[in-house]
Amino acid sequence: MQCNKCQNHAVITLQHGNLCKNHFIDYFEDKVFKTINKYQLIGRDEKLCVAVSGGKDSLTVLYLTKKYLEKNNIPTSNLVALAVDEGIDQYREKTLIDLKKFCAEHQVPLTVVSFEQELGKTLDQAYPIINKDAQKKPCNVCGVWRRYLLNKHAKKLGADKVITGHNLDDEAQAIIMNIFKANTALAARLGPISGVQEHDLFIQRVKPLYFCAEKEVRLYTLLKQFQIKFTECPYSKEGYRHHIQEMLNEFEHKYKGTKQGIVNSFLAMLPLLQNQEKEAPQTIQQCSRCQEASNKEVCNACLMKETIQNA
Amino acid sequence: MNIQAFNERDQTTTKVEFEGSKVKDLLHYLKLSPESFLVVRNHEVITEEETLQDQDKIELLSVISGG
Repeated sequence: MQCNKCQNHAVITLQHGNLCKNHFIDYFEDKVFKTINKYQLIGRDEKLCVAVSGGKDSLTVLYLTKKYLEKNNIPTSNLVALAVDEGIDQYREKTLIDLKKFCAEHQVPLTVVSFEQELGKTLDQAYPIINKDAQKKPCNVCGVWRRYLLNKHAKKLGADKVITGHNLDDEAQAIIMNIFKANTALAARLGPISGVQEHDLFIQRVKPLYFCAEKEVRLYTLLKQFQIKFTECPYSKEGYRHHIQEMLNEFEHKYKGTKQGIVNSFLAMLPLLQNQEKEAPQTIQQCSRCQEASNKEVCNACLMKETIQNA
Repeated sequence: MNIQAFNERDQTTTKVEFEGSKVKDLLHYLKLSPESFLVVRNHEVITEEETLQDQDKIELLSVISGG
């Protein structure tokens, strides 16, 4: 197979044709930079905190955020990385090794915070206690605590924005999950910039890889020779998301452009969803325990922490 | 067609005999989604439409990571 733009060997077939290594890298980087510009994800004087795990998405978004800053003559001294160690045996410690090397190589200061330090238990220890009666999977516990710690520590680092590695597949899955569960309030918080209302207690989260398929991100890391060991969260196959992921991949294979179509349709509807949420906004207050943002007197992270302490 | 395939996800190498000659035929035989795997031959990524040769050594790299 030959690249549609030159005589070189193609590495990927996209909807609009085949691309070789160099043309794919140009196409991919251009797409990310256009997303940043179109949605104004990065401001010139902002302090930027990239949420990182050591996986392909977060290393790619960290690398390209730095490249974007350099390209636009924005000082890279305002860029920091923040990782959350959930405490998943045989998983996170492996990705953190790659992450520390990557951040050192690219001269980005890295802060690592852990569930164990902050909340008293690792995820492996915490979820059987918290979910004992609800029969839920660890993903609900992990999601609440990860978001909580990212927001809390990004604020401590003085960040104006948290940059995440969410890609097109993540977003298409989240959209379908919210539709299947009729959760329009959660759907309204999706998009290249997360959240409906701005609030001092929340750091805005932005997604430069919003239009990049997961396969494209993996290919980019491979072609750029980022040293990433293959790892998969041992709990990832237990979640509802995994079933949606498989379904969407099957559809994408049969009908190219399905994921892009889902996201584009959603973006057309997003202003309507956001307006609906703004008409009946959730009250954001300080949690009475930790003083972090909450939509009720005690935030979910503190409620989970208390469940563990009372067990 | 006979080839040797290393699967990154389960870290196994197997000899595979399948009908057809293209990468997409191999993935179909192994019941792997082309959306979830990249295929590498001689350190070069190849597309689904690429023709394989008998005795090729292939790496199947998982696209999905994290959780």
